[in-house]
Amino acid sequence: MKHLRFGYLTGPALGVLWTFVIAVTVAVAMSFATGEAFRPSLTWSVIFGIPTGLALVWGGTTLVASAVLSVVYFIALSLGIGPVLTGNVSSVARVAAAVFMGIGIGWPLKVFVEELTLGALTRHEFEEAVIRTLRGFGYIFFTAIVVIPFYVMVMTSLKNQAQLMQNPLDFSIDLSQGWGLFRSYVELITEFNFGSYMWTSFYISVLTVFITLLFAIPGAYAVARLRFRGQAAFSRSILLIYMVPMIVLALPIYIAFSMMGLRNSITGIVMIYPVTTIPVALYMLQGYFRGLPAEIEEAGLMDGLSRLQVIWKITLPLSLPALASVSLYVFMIAWNEFLLAFMLLDDPSKFTLTRGIASLNSSEIPRQHLMAGSVIATVPIMALFLGLEKFMTKGLTAGSVKG
Amino acid sequence: MSDIGPPRGAGPLARSEARLAWGLLTPTILAVSLVVILPLLAIFWISVKPVSLSDLRAPDTVVREDLRGRPAAAGDEATLRYRLRNSSPSSEITGVTLQDAWPEGLTLAGELDPRCEIAEGLLSCDLGDWEGGYRETLNIPVVTEQAWFDTDSDVEDTPVQVDGKASFVLTNNEFTLKNFVSVFDGGEFFNVLGVTLFYTVFGTVGALVMGLFASLLLNHSFKGQGILRGLYLFPYVAPVIAVAFAWILLFDPFSGSANALLVQMGVTDQAINFFGERPLALIMVTLFEIWRYFPLSFLFILARMQSISTDMYEAADMDGASPFQQFWYLSMPQLLGILSVLFLLRFIWTFNKFDDIFLLTGGNAGTRVLTVNVYEQAFAVSNIGAGAAVAVVIFACLLLFSVFFFKFMSKEEGL
Repeated sequence: MKHLRFGYLTGPALGVLWTFVIAVTVAVAMSFATGEAFRPSLTWSVIFGIPTGLALVWGGTTLVASAVLSVVYFIALSLGIGPVLTGNVSSVARVAAAVFMGIGIGWPLKVFVEELTLGALTRHEFEEAVIRTLRGFGYIFFTAIVVIPFYVMVMTSLKNQAQLMQNPLDFSIDLSQGWGLFRSYVELITEFNFGSYMWTSFYISVLTVFITLLFAIPGAYAVARLRFRGQAAFSRSILLIYMVPMIVLALPIYIAFSMMGLRNSITGIVMIYPVTTIPVALYMLQGYFRGLPAEIEEAGLMDGLSRLQVIWKITLPLSLPALASVSLYVFMIAWNEFLLAFMLLDDPSKFTLTRGIASLNSSEIPRQHLMAGSVIATVPIMALFLGLEKFMTKGLTAGSVKG
Repeated sequence: MSDIGPPRGAGPLARSEARLAWGLLTPTILAVSLVVILPLLAIFWISVKPVSLSDLRAPDTVVREDLRGRPAAAGDEATLRYRLRNSSPSSEITGVTLQDAWPEGLTLAGELDPRCEIAEGLLSCDLGDWEGGYRETLNIPVVTEQAWFDTDSDVEDTPVQVDGKASFVLTNNEFTLKNFVSVFDGGEFFNVLGVTLFYTVFGTVGALVMGLFASLLLNHSFKGQGILRGLYLFPYVAPVIAVAFAWILLFDPFSGSANALLVQMGVTDQAINFFGERPLALIMVTLFEIWRYFPLSFLFILARMQSISTDMYEAADMDGASPFQQFWYLSMPQLLGILSVLFLLRFIWTFNKFDDIFLLTGGNAGTRVLTVNVYEQAFAVSNIGAGAAVAVVIFACLLLFSVFFFKFMSKEEGL
């Protein structure tokens, strides 16, 4: 590493690395957006990256670098050379790609190498530049891997089978169809009964939340606050139960439900879902209850409240944020639950959303329906999550590594 | 005033507190034992039973009664018919007897089945033993009287009583170790175990490493940090079925965008069957696991990172530590605790994972893990007993892990 610590070496190395990263990003992004052929080239990235890195270490500002590089890459794209190679694409696409390349390379790279000089570098300067570059790569990488599957999901749901087979990369959508874009969604709701599945999922989840809280609040309070023999063992067994895999339980539950006629009934599902979430809720809530100051409760006790009144009038109002995050988390588990719904429900009129999507997975049903169903299941939970993100992240870290 | 000193034993207050505690816990204990403890015991019971999917309903006698011949006036002949059947195709029902009130206004006209007799307005038959799948029709010739039409009755009005003793496979005394033998038989089990370990170890470590990188990225305040943090949690929050199908579509060998992209970029000439080829499918499901669960580790690690005070880093800066050194010598030791707890918990959870692989490959192409094997045995091969035996093996592994876990956790505070 030591002999790399010279501005005239570090600069070009980072330049090549970053040019290639952006070239791949632009090629993938442009391919996904237009369906045209864009491909990155490592050789050209080296050829273009070295002078870029060297120049930016030497001087220049982000603005100048972006502008100059945009022009350079537009010319290169038109000539058919450069880090991104393309065929005969429209000039709009070419301009867009060139601007992306110019800004994507010039602006961040200048920031990365800002403190470098052409001569020898201190270890601090060198590592700072490398870390900045790696961080830049990290943002692009993580954003790409998270966004691409969801992008494919949404875009596929808006297209039709023939278009998809023709060019799997072409996700450009024809806006002129207006509301016709949402054909798959309309068909799912009118023909495949998805409206009712959504309602079923919703009220099952809400019921699960209420039943879970009903059981978990007194239980968590007892474990957290009251002294009794076996308290420690009890806290442990909560965690232990938390670790029993659902598939192990699902088999006897399936048998028992078959024999009792509870299979294929919402009642059965509502009975079983809360039990899978009670240990989680108990664990999260008792952690929170422990954190509440006991003095307030003791003051309540001194003033003549009974324990149950203390829970109702003091502890619960104080733990509203925790209750919100537990509710959200339980709602998410119930909404996303697949295994039990899949095993226990066969009657299409009683499907939950996840079970409904599973039934769409057949060769006779076009794939945009499958993806539209996925979007229908994903959007509400995402909206809920983004709206209440603060509670959610707190709730997730509060006690659950489950999933 | 001789007994001055601290109170000994549980006083009345402590006792009432303990009573209240148990009172508050009882509903939870009941519910959990009903749905967790009981099924666990059931799994052990079923695993030593020779039971298949079709045996799940106890064999029962089925009877239908009707009057054939459409009698229109008094004196018309008709046939009283009992259609009898054993509901189980394989299990025997012994000592079957039938009892039914003899319909008013009908008289026997001809020979009665030798196994039956009519006494005091009651038809009773001794039908002996029925083997599996047994079917019989009992015909009794009758003549109608005026009373039959006066009362306007129907033969189905009085319920037929059929009794018999059936031995139900889940409750009888027949035990077998065949299920375990078939589970461990052949090389398949060790293959499945190997796949499970690969998936679990690499899935857990991968998700941890990715989570660590992601939290390093977001451990800076900048504009849009909140949005990015929310975005990075998407894979975990979205329903597994939705994202699994999105992945299948993305990596489809015929019309998947990933393949189209790779071909276009010149990485490969032919489409790759990501979820269908032997070593690749396992790598893909492991990558899916990493992709889906890195947000969780990221969340925990980020929370821990943000609680590390900045003073230390400032001091390290003064002493000339480079950023890599700061990370390695300052951050890592502080994160070790949460990392090891996360590793243990996630290890157990990944080991237990079923949905993801089931949805992505259905356990084909060398991706069958133990949990998927439970499902395969129980429902695809419809050998419930063998499925339960695999479940018992999983449970044993789990016990092993949790012993280790609690030993470690008692030292390691945190979760």
